[in-house]
Amino acid sequence: MGLIDILSGKKEIIEKKWFDMIAASYPVNASSFLKNQKEQFANPVGNTIGEAVHTVIDVLIHEGTNEKANTCLDKLVKVRAVQDFAPSMAVDFLYMLKQLLKDELKNEFHTGGVYEEFLLIESRIDTMALFSFESYLKYKEKIYELKVNEFKNMAFRLLERANLTFEFKDEGPAFEKSVLERDTVK
Amino acid sequence: MTDELKQDDLVKINYKPPKKDWMDTPVNFRHGTYIYPARAKNLKYLDLPNPREWSPTDEDWKLPENWKDIILNGMKERLDKYRSFKVFMDICVRCGACADKCHFFIGGGDPKNMPVLRAELIRSIYKGNFTAAGKILGRLNGARGLTKDVIKEWFYYFYQCTECRRCSVFCPYGIDTAEITMMGRELLTLLGCNVNWVLEPAANCYRTGNHLGIQPHALKDMFEMLLDDIEDRTGVKIEPTFNRKGAEILFVTPSADYFADPGIYTCMGYLMLFHELGLDYTWSTYASEGGNFGLFTSHEMIKRLNAKIYAEAKRLGVKWIIGGECGHMWRVIHQYMDTMNGPADFLEAPVSPITGTKFENAKSTKMVHITEFTADLIKNNKLKLDPSRNDKLRITFHDSCNPARAMGILEEPRYIIKNVCNNFFEMPENTAREQTFCCGGGAGLGTDEMMEIRMRGGMPRANAVQYVHDKHGVNRLTCMCAIDRATLTTLMEYWVPDVKVTGVHELVANALVMKGEKERIVDIRGEPLKEKKGEDDV
Amino acid sequence: MKLLLAFVIVLVLSAVPYIGIKYAGMSYEFGVIVPYAAVAVFILGFVYRIVKWAKSPVPFRIPTTCGQEKSLPWIKQNKLDNPSGTSGVVGRMALEVLFFRSLFRNTKTELKDGPKLAYGSSGWLWLAAIAFHWSFLIILIRHFRLFSQPVPYLINLLENVDGFLQIGIPTLYITDILLLAAVLYLFIRRIAIPQVRYISLVSDYFPLLLIFGIGLTGVLMRYFYRVNVIGVKELVMGLIALKPAVPADIGSLFFIHLFLISTLFAYFPFSKLMHMGGVFLSPTRNLANNNRMVRHINPWNYPVHVHTYAEYEDEFRDKMKSVGLPVEKE
Repeated sequence: MGLIDILSGKKEIIEKKWFDMIAASYPVNASSFLKNQKEQFANPVGNTIGEAVHTVIDVLIHEGTNEKANTCLDKLVKVRAVQDFAPSMAVDFLYMLKQLLKDELKNEFHTGGVYEEFLLIESRIDTMALFSFESYLKYKEKIYELKVNEFKNMAFRLLERANLTFEFKDEGPAFEKSVLERDTVK
Repeated sequence: MTDELKQDDLVKINYKPPKKDWMDTPVNFRHGTYIYPARAKNLKYLDLPNPREWSPTDEDWKLPENWKDIILNGMKERLDKYRSFKVFMDICVRCGACADKCHFFIGGGDPKNMPVLRAELIRSIYKGNFTAAGKILGRLNGARGLTKDVIKEWFYYFYQCTECRRCSVFCPYGIDTAEITMMGRELLTLLGCNVNWVLEPAANCYRTGNHLGIQPHALKDMFEMLLDDIEDRTGVKIEPTFNRKGAEILFVTPSADYFADPGIYTCMGYLMLFHELGLDYTWSTYASEGGNFGLFTSHEMIKRLNAKIYAEAKRLGVKWIIGGECGHMWRVIHQYMDTMNGPADFLEAPVSPITGTKFENAKSTKMVHITEFTADLIKNNKLKLDPSRNDKLRITFHDSCNPARAMGILEEPRYIIKNVCNNFFEMPENTAREQTFCCGGGAGLGTDEMMEIRMRGGMPRANAVQYVHDKHGVNRLTCMCAIDRATLTTLMEYWVPDVKVTGVHELVANALVMKGEKERIVDIRGEPLKEKKGEDDV
Repeated sequence: MKLLLAFVIVLVLSAVPYIGIKYAGMSYEFGVIVPYAAVAVFILGFVYRIVKWAKSPVPFRIPTTCGQEKSLPWIKQNKLDNPSGTSGVVGRMALEVLFFRSLFRNTKTELKDGPKLAYGSSGWLWLAAIAFHWSFLIILIRHFRLFSQPVPYLINLLENVDGFLQIGIPTLYITDILLLAAVLYLFIRRIAIPQVRYISLVSDYFPLLLIFGIGLTGVLMRYFYRVNVIGVKELVMGLIALKPAVPADIGSLFFIHLFLISTLFAYFPFSKLMHMGGVFLSPTRNLANNNRMVRHINPWNYPVHVHTYAEYEDEFRDKMKSVGLPVEKE
């Protein structure tokens, strides 16, 4: 029996265990809420985790493209980027999966035959982990961008007015330079 | 379990809260989870106690020497003055119905963001100092002593509550966490533990009449720019009046409507609507702020800031008042203004000069919500509307917390929206109307230093928007709250970047057919009315 | 730990009358003095608490509105969830007190993952709460047969309805089962749901266990170890008539039952059980949302410092004049 068949057989248990591991990274009393509240609007975080877990495992087993998984991973990382996690913890859920698979396949490794296949899957997970890291950084940067934008929006008219006066008074090289800079900011 | 996994677990201790009792878990002020403390100058300007420079990350918060007495006396005074506070302290049975109703808990998972526990933060002190059972049984009865750590915890968590009242909808006894948070913040105010994001606007508002501290001449200037934009886009020249005595109506709106994006477009909507009606109304530079950050400070501060509205109405000799689109402003106007600064016996019960409708529901306060006013106009066919001008927009509506749960103004904005645009889609039932989710930035939390907290707190709201975006191609989120217009914009930028935020009267501005207007090719934002084919594929 | 403590307290409370009756012969103390004292504490304590709440004024009218407000005549108001007058408030409170309307809001069911129906856990909370409170009330009313001679018709009727299943001798009352089941559910829920366990105190476990103890001793007396009912009635009637006398041979199980009830009564006013009275005083529920129609008076409304228009104009007069804004003083 090949690795894919073995994993297919264990799909549900792997999904459940992986979900539980991710949920366990939240405060004790929140993790049960994440697990048990199934209504998607009442529990968006739990739902996002569930979707990512389901899709990633599906992709790994059914040889789907990584892109399909990436959408869900991106969503999950987006959530974790604004929660109380250190960067390493925010993206460590794929390493959890690797460890989980190793544990689940311990017997099969001993009887042999599936290790090579596992290495392939492992490297796919690694690729996903790298992708997640990129997403994480993207969203952290986004947070800072939002801070700046918000300030601009908040005093939109004041800034516009300030810029206007600036524009008409400072002609010459300095003015051109400032216009150039403003454009690059945009 | 293998060794590697155990190592993982060791690392996790870093962020996983200990399984200890909540009383044994002190707060950790991490950047991004707290708001900067109020500057001394702002406290001084408002005559508030203990002005000083400090930071929540400091070990020593420079509290007054008798801080304990101040808090306990303050609690006693408030227990005697507010039945709400006293009853809510006593009757919670900790059933947990509220636990998963708070957007901060749903989005972040911090147990102290469960409404019941947020209340226990203060209830435990109440029990320990004001009840016999608590004094005798102590921790067994959920009581604890008052320490400086408790003050720090209050500061952290009472500024992680947006006073949205969603939990109060589900509580079998109607326990309202907003009320508890308001008490908590009042007590913190007694020690000078305020946040700058609330007190600076409050001080500005006190002095100049509006949150940003815009002086009267600059305010007028800012309106000139709005009027230029309107003329540019519609061809209609509008000349509103300011501080005009003898006008029939005074109009008050949050100042963000005339200086912040995208509030300005809503403001243009008011200006165009009133112009088209030929309404005899005036703006005021003195009462140029509808918002009231006193609500996020103390009851006394609410009254001090709110007093301007009636005072100005009286000075100008108007008959009644219309209020713009705002959330917490309407909590104050609807539930506090008349009691605090009334009776408004110098005004007349509001009657629409256009339709003759008597606003019976505002006959004592004499202040009408703009959507009540406009809905009445539309119902009586007084406006010429072309909803197709909003056709590129696919719209959903966010019920702002206070209009929904402190007024119940639900149908008026929907009626307007349905009349000024053709594509309207409701968000799921358990995220709308009285069950609406907060934007995550209300009650003085809408500052950039709280960005992470806001993004996770706003996630349940964003999630519902995402749903209608995916399902119906919604690209515009309408709301009637100035704080929403600022915070939802940011929230959408993070979670659902294709969705922009708008006020109800911005949609009215687009649809309103005005006398003498030129052919409208751009909307009120100056963007093309019709999307080029293929550009907008939603 | 908290749980264990609550459990131990209830056990001790059960043991006290048993030992008292069996070994010390204190049937007068446990049959007369304790109940009298408990009822006295209950009444005085209850009144004290209500008066204390009522003494704090309601400075602001702050109803939580859960439906459409009363505004324009053609917009349909939600009179129960957003009442604007007394009748609406009475209706809202009745729904709240009799049917736990707010708790019921949780019972949203949604289709998710295909045909699977997901129920919010709070739906069960509502059901258990309703079962518990109503059973408790009916059982309490049924007990009035011990307080009255002859037994009123209504109580007989209630008993017949309650026992309509006609199972067993003596007839099984549905409410007995419901009460014990509901208490058990509420108790297990407190332990099983981590969020709820995290917030639970001894004073949350204790009343549940106490009431379970009361129910259990009651059921044991009725269905398994029959006690001398004639004697019990004699005792109760004596207590009511203020001519207390303790008939012999009532059985110690009854005294445990009575003592636990006495404990509940005496404990009631000092505990969260006061929510029974407090719910009527909750300002977010018992006020009409007619804020802009009728002025609410705050008895302690006091004058505050404000920034007057005159002060404002003094500071900005020149600037106002420079852009043509009208001013009071030139």
